[in-house]
Amino acid sequence: MTTKLFGTRVQRVEDQRFLRGRGRYVDDVLSGQRVLHAAVLRSPHAHARVLEVHVEDVLDVDGVHAVWTYEDLAELSAPMADPLPLLIPHPTLTHGRTQHALADGEVNYVGEAIAFVVADDRYVAEDAVGRIRVDYEVLPPVVGIAAARAATNLVHEDVPGNVGARMEQSNGDAPAAIAAAPHTLSLDLLVERSSCQPMEGRGTVARWDPDINRMTVWSSTQTSTGVRAAIAVKLGLDLGQVDVVTPDVGGGFGVKINHPWPEELLVPLAARALGRPVKFIEDRREHFISSAHERGQVHHVEVGYDDDGRVLGLDVQFWHDHGAYTPYGLIVPIITSTQLLGPYKPGAYRVRFESLYTNTVMVTPYRGAGRPQGCFVMERTMDAIAEALGKDRAEVRATNFIQPDEFPYDHGLIFQDGRELEYDSGDYPASLEKIKALVGWDEFPAYKAEMAAQGRHVGIGLACYVEGTGVGPYEGAHVHIETSGKVKVATGLTTQGQGHATVFAQIVADVLGVPLSDVEVVTGDTRRMPYAVGTFASRAAVMSGSAIHLAATRAKEKVLRIAADALEANEDDLEIVDGVVSVRGAPSSSIALGTVAVLSNPLRYAFDEQSKLATQFSVGDPGKPPVAEDDEPGLEGKDFYSPERSTFASGMHAVIVETDPLTAEIRILKYAVVHDCGHLINPMIVEGQIHGGVAQGVGGALYERMAYDESGQLLNASFMDFLMPYVTEVPTSIEIDHLETPSPLNPLGIKGAGEAGVIPSAAVFASAISDAEGFPITSMPISPSELYALRLQNSVVDERAQRASRDTKETS
Amino acid sequence: MKPAPFDYVRPGSLDDALAALAGDPGAKVLAGGQSLVPLLSMRLAAPSRLVDINGLPELSGIEANDDGVRVGALARHADVLASEDVRRVQPLVSLALANVAHATIRNRGTTVGSIVHADAAAEMPMVLCLLGGSVDVAGPAGRRTIPADELYVGPLESSLHHDEIALSAYFPALNPGAGVGFEEIARRHGDYALCGVGAVVTGDTVVAGYLSVCDVPTVVDLSGVADADLGDAALEHLDPGDDIHASADYRAQLVRVLTARVVGAARKMAA
Repeated sequence: MTTKLFGTRVQRVEDQRFLRGRGRYVDDVLSGQRVLHAAVLRSPHAHARVLEVHVEDVLDVDGVHAVWTYEDLAELSAPMADPLPLLIPHPTLTHGRTQHALADGEVNYVGEAIAFVVADDRYVAEDAVGRIRVDYEVLPPVVGIAAARAATNLVHEDVPGNVGARMEQSNGDAPAAIAAAPHTLSLDLLVERSSCQPMEGRGTVARWDPDINRMTVWSSTQTSTGVRAAIAVKLGLDLGQVDVVTPDVGGGFGVKINHPWPEELLVPLAARALGRPVKFIEDRREHFISSAHERGQVHHVEVGYDDDGRVLGLDVQFWHDHGAYTPYGLIVPIITSTQLLGPYKPGAYRVRFESLYTNTVMVTPYRGAGRPQGCFVMERTMDAIAEALGKDRAEVRATNFIQPDEFPYDHGLIFQDGRELEYDSGDYPASLEKIKALVGWDEFPAYKAEMAAQGRHVGIGLACYVEGTGVGPYEGAHVHIETSGKVKVATGLTTQGQGHATVFAQIVADVLGVPLSDVEVVTGDTRRMPYAVGTFASRAAVMSGSAIHLAATRAKEKVLRIAADALEANEDDLEIVDGVVSVRGAPSSSIALGTVAVLSNPLRYAFDEQSKLATQFSVGDPGKPPVAEDDEPGLEGKDFYSPERSTFASGMHAVIVETDPLTAEIRILKYAVVHDCGHLINPMIVEGQIHGGVAQGVGGALYERMAYDESGQLLNASFMDFLMPYVTEVPTSIEIDHLETPSPLNPLGIKGAGEAGVIPSAAVFASAISDAEGFPITSMPISPSELYALRLQNSVVDERAQRASRDTKETS
Repeated sequence: MKPAPFDYVRPGSLDDALAALAGDPGAKVLAGGQSLVPLLSMRLAAPSRLVDINGLPELSGIEANDDGVRVGALARHADVLASEDVRRVQPLVSLALANVAHATIRNRGTTVGSIVHADAAAEMPMVLCLLGGSVDVAGPAGRRTIPADELYVGPLESSLHHDEIALSAYFPALNPGAGVGFEEIARRHGDYALCGVGAVVTGDTVVAGYLSVCDVPTVVDLSGVADADLGDAALEHLDPGDDIHASADYRAQLVRVLTARVVGAARKMAA
C-alpha cells in the first residue's frame, strides 16, 4: 500500500498558485474580452417609498447599454418581477419576506437595489448611477432590537409587531424545575452585529451563447447548484441551459451561501438581453450595505441549579434581529436555540425566540451561524453560577457535561436540518483536562497574584462548545481514472480557500493507491457534478469527503475487477501501489492503472499505442457484448453520501488577557484551543482553520461591530472604521491540542472543522475580562472605551486614577 | 469605488504646475495620494483636475542641519523616517513618523501632503505645530512662508490658497538639553489614533501637542503645572469628542494618561 496520506500534514496543493498570485477569481474571468460592467443604484434611506425613478438623464449617455428599474423586469422575464426566493421556509416563519431584484415601490434598508446600469466599464456605470434621480417618501426607520420590539413603527406594514417568527422548543418543564431549584439566577446578555467580510466580495459574470441557447455564469458563491437553479427559474430557462462555474473564491465565511443575490440574476439577464458578456464586481462599501450581516441578538436567561452548580432548569428567551428580509429563513436563531446547550445536559430546557424585522441589512449565517451567541449565553451562565457558588468555573462545567458513555445523546429538540438534536460522539471531560493543561488553568491563580503584586491585571477565561457539522441533505462525487493513470475528481460543493483540493486528493490517493500529484479535484462546477448542496455548516469534509471516499471505492472495485481479469488473478490478491496494480508478492505480474482504464473502454479506433490494447481485434470475447449489460465503459466511480443527521464536533478555548489599569486596553497573553473534529484528514489544514477562526473571533469579540445610527445609516461601512483585526491584533501564537473522537455516522469518522475557531470567542474573552476586572461582562464586543465606562459604572476607577498620578510621579 | 472623471496633468516644472492649478478652480494637487485617492474612489471628492507634482524631483529633498529639518513636498514618510540626520536634529519628527499609518502607506505618502491635508487626527500637523515649524508655499503671487500657528484654520482646512503648492515643511531643531516624547493609542496598530500626545521639555518649559482630541492640532503650554494635574490642565484647552470608536470620557482619560507618560519621557530625555 502507498504511504497513507489521511491524517498527515500534506502541504496544500493550492498554495503555490495562491501565494504566487495565480489564483483565478471571478473578476479574472473573461478579462480582456468585450465584457460590459454593471453598477447598482442603492437606497440612501433605511425606509422609504420609491415614488419615481428618473432614468431619462442616463439613457442617452455614451457607453451606457441598459438602465433597468423594477418596471422593466417583467418584460425581460416574468418571474423576475416576483420577490426573490425564500430559501428555507419554516412553519413558524409566518411572516417571511424577501426583497425584489430591484425595489418594487419600497426600500427597507440603506443599500437595497433600486436600479441596475450596464455600461462599457465600471467607471461609466458608476457615473450613470450618479445621474439617476429618485423621488422618495421617507418613512420612519426601525433600527435595533429595542425599536423592533417596541413596534412603534413597522418595517413591513403587513407584519404586525415586526415579528417574522416566534418559535419555542422545550425538553421537560424548565420553569417548574427552576422554581424548585435551590438557587436561581437571571442574566441579560447581548451580542452585537458583525459580518463576514471576505477579502473578495460578491461577483458574477455571465455569457449567453445564442448559437446554442446556453448560459454560462461564473459566480463567487458557496453554492453553484443553488445559483444555477435560481437563474433557470428566474430567467425562464431549462436547467440544462444553465451552467454555473465557481472559480477561485476569496473567502465566503457564510455570506456567499445566500443566493440568488439580485445581481446574480440581473447579470445573466443583461447578458441575454444585450448579447454581450456582463460582469458585476461588488465594491467594499456595497459589501457592507448590501450583502448580509449576523450576530445581533438580545438574550434573557433564567436558570435554576443545585449546590454543585448542576443546572436543573434553563429557560432562555431571545430576540433575533434578522434585518429587513428573511431569505435564509430561521437558520441562525434555530442554531442559537439548540447549540446553546453545548456539552451540557440541563435537567430541563425551554427556549423561545422572536425573529424581528429592522430596517437594516438582512441577516444570513456568518461562520459560527448563531452558535457564538448561544455559546456566549451558556458560558456566561456557567461563569455566573460558579461566581455565585464560589466554585471553580471549570468544575461547574464538568458537573454539567454529558458523559462519554451517554452517546448518542438526544437532547429532545429539533436541529436546524429538521432532524433530532442527537450528538453522535464526544469526550468532554477529556477535552477539559487537555485545555486546563494547555492554558495552565490550575497554575493561574498563583500567576494572577504575582501579576497583581506588580499592579498588573490579568484574567483567564474558558468556553466550551459543541457544533453540529456536516448537515445534509447530501453531497456527491465523481472519480474518473483516465488512461494516463491520472485521476479526475469532481464534487459539486464549492471551495473558498479551505484546501479541499488537498484533503479530497488525500482521500482519493489513499483509496486508489496513486500519488497525490496524480489526483486533480474540481469543485463547484455544475458541468462536472450537477447534484450538490453547497459549502456551509462545516460540511465539506464530512459530506463531500465521505462521498469522494465512496466514489473512489467504487472506482477501485472496477479497477480490481478489470485488473484481475487481465492478470488472471484473484481480486483479493491485488494491491495498488503508486498507480500500478499488482499481485501481492508477485510484483512482475502487474498492470498500470492507466492501462486498466484503457481496457475499461472498448474502442473501435486506436489513437495512440496504448489505446490499441482496447480495440476490437485485440480484446473482448466475440460471443459477448463488448460492454456487459450491467457495466459501463470507462473507469469511473460515482456515489453520494447522505447521513441520517449531523455529526457533532466539539472544543474548548481558553484565553489569558491583561487589561491595562489606566487605558483599559485589552492584551492577549495566551490563547489555547482543544479541538475534537473526529479523525483529522490533514492536521495542518485543521489548525489553519482554527488560526483563522480565532483571528476572526478576536475581531468579533474586541473590534468589529456594525455601527448603525438611529436613522439606519451604517456609520462604519469601510475598512477604515470597521475594525477587522490586523495581524498585529491577533495572538502571535495559538496553542492547539487535538482530541479525535470519531463519528460513527460516516465512513471516515470525521466531523466538520470550519467554524470551530470562531464559536467561543465572545464567551471566552468575556470570561477572561470579567476575571481580570472583577465585574461581569454581559455585552460583546467590548472596546477599551466600553471597558473604561464599565469601570466607572462599577466604581473601580477611583483607586486606579490615584495610581495614575502615582505612576506619573514615578516616571517624572 | 471608481472615481468620477477628472483631467490629469503631470507638469515638468513648478511654473507649469502653478499654471495648471490656477487654470482650474476645481483642481487638486496629487503628491503621495494616500488621502486623496481613497476620497476620489469613494466619490467623496470629485476634483475636475489632478495636478500631479511627482514630475518635480526638486521637491523631494530632505535636509537636516543644526537649525532644523526641511522636508520637501515629495519626500515620503518612509524616507524621512529612515533619515539618521533627521532623527539627530529633531527626534520628535522620527518618533511621530513611526506612528503614521502602516509601512506601505509611509512608502508612498508624503509628510508635507499630510501636513497640508490638515487632518487633526494626523501626527505630522500636530508635530509641526508643537515644534513651531512652518510651510513654504508657492503661488501665482510668488512664494511665502506660513508659520504653523497660522496654518490650520478648521477641520481639514488649511490657510493655503487653492492656487498654491506647498514646497516644503520646516521643523526647527531640538534645543540642546531639551527632550521630546510622543505616544498615541489607536484601536488597531497603524490606525488614526483615539488620542495622541507629543511633548517638548526645555528647562522648566513644558509644551504638549494633541491630536484627535481637538478640531485642529492643538498645542498647550503646561509649564509650571503639577505633575498630577498635567492631563487635566491640558483638557481645559481640548475638546475630546464621542464617536463610534471611543467616548469623550475615554479620550479624556487617554489625555491624562498619555500626557503624564509623554511629558515624563521628554523629561527623561532632557535630563
